[in-house]
Amino acid sequence: MNPSETFELSPEVVALGTRRSYIELGARDRARQLLDPGTFRELLGPFDRLESPWLPMQGIVPQSDDGCVVAKGAIGGKPAVAIALEGKFQGGSIGEVCGMKIATALHLARTDNEKGITTGAVLSVESGGVRLQEANMGELVLAEIYAEIVALRLHAPVIAVVAGMTGAFGGMSLATALCSHVVMTRQARLSMNGPEVIELEAGVEELDARDKPFIWSLCGGAQRFATGFADRLVEDDAAQVSAAVVDLLRQGVPEVFRTSMIDLFLSRLAALDTGRQWTPGDIRETWAKGGAR
Amino acid sequence: METLNFDYPVSGKVPHRAQVGVVGSGDLEILLEPSPDPQAHVRIRTSVEGFGTTWKAVLDQFFARYPAAAAIEINDFGATPGTVALRLGQAAEVSKS
Repeated sequence: MNPSETFELSPEVVALGTRRSYIELGARDRARQLLDPGTFRELLGPFDRLESPWLPMQGIVPQSDDGCVVAKGAIGGKPAVAIALEGKFQGGSIGEVCGMKIATALHLARTDNEKGITTGAVLSVESGGVRLQEANMGELVLAEIYAEIVALRLHAPVIAVVAGMTGAFGGMSLATALCSHVVMTRQARLSMNGPEVIELEAGVEELDARDKPFIWSLCGGAQRFATGFADRLVEDDAAQVSAAVVDLLRQGVPEVFRTSMIDLFLSRLAALDTGRQWTPGDIRETWAKGGAR
Repeated sequence: METLNFDYPVSGKVPHRAQVGVVGSGDLEILLEPSPDPQAHVRIRTSVEGFGTTWKAVLDQFFARYPAAAAIEINDFGATPGTVALRLGQAAEVSKS
């Protein structure tokens, strides 16, 4: 080989070298990334020590922010609140404290909107759902989160970002679905029941939770986007995630919420012939035609 | 879960408070801020019990290099001594800015 030979790198490869991963950011850095530079102001931060009182009682080490970062600031120059869950702490599970932080932040955003200060919200979700160690309080606070999303989304966009690698499952998959807009990466997953739960309940013949390509083909970001459950599919690039959020906030309150399209989704389900085995590809082909939006 | 406490007779200044890390598998969270008295205090809550002497060795080494009157809280989820030392160094670094 000629040692002086030079290689042309494809633009995709060059982009890989300059891209800043969003997935690799912790919750605090994600909230900081979503807000305009210099506007990040954390509410109930780690030094306020609002941690779970229930985890130590059960011999589990808590985290100083209970795995949830709430920050006020601006996005695209307009007031906004950014809420980010930490998927590495207890699987991003929703306990009493972190759940109440989310519900209260959304409530305060709504109060501001009612005073005439338009304030959007971004929810960076990484969650397996309710925290089993605080299950009842987790369920109760999830109901509050749902109510606050539904109330706030009438005033200003509430945007869910599901980047991975935990994804949005259980109670937080429903919260994600209630949001005005959903942004996903290919690495992210969005599903009510996690693959392990389905395998446990229905058997490995029904679903093999170890078959990762299969799992992602069912509930991964690409499939969710193609079938109308997500509005934007972005690369794992902090700048792309931010740009999508800014753009969706600018679009304002959607005319029709996905969760109001009951007839569309019921007709989709009714039209499914359960006598045959559907593949993710079949679903994509059939449901993409109707389009959720 | 085990709670451990250590004190060090050091009096250097801590410029700012700092939070680093996450209570995730093999990692830990550290909160570092100025101590209310001219001593360093360390409180550790760890998911792995019975490693008091290892914690003391890592902290002895840290305070030999960083003799500051810091109040440190550690929430540990099974980090190795190497990871603990790196996170302590990171917290000290972040507290400078």
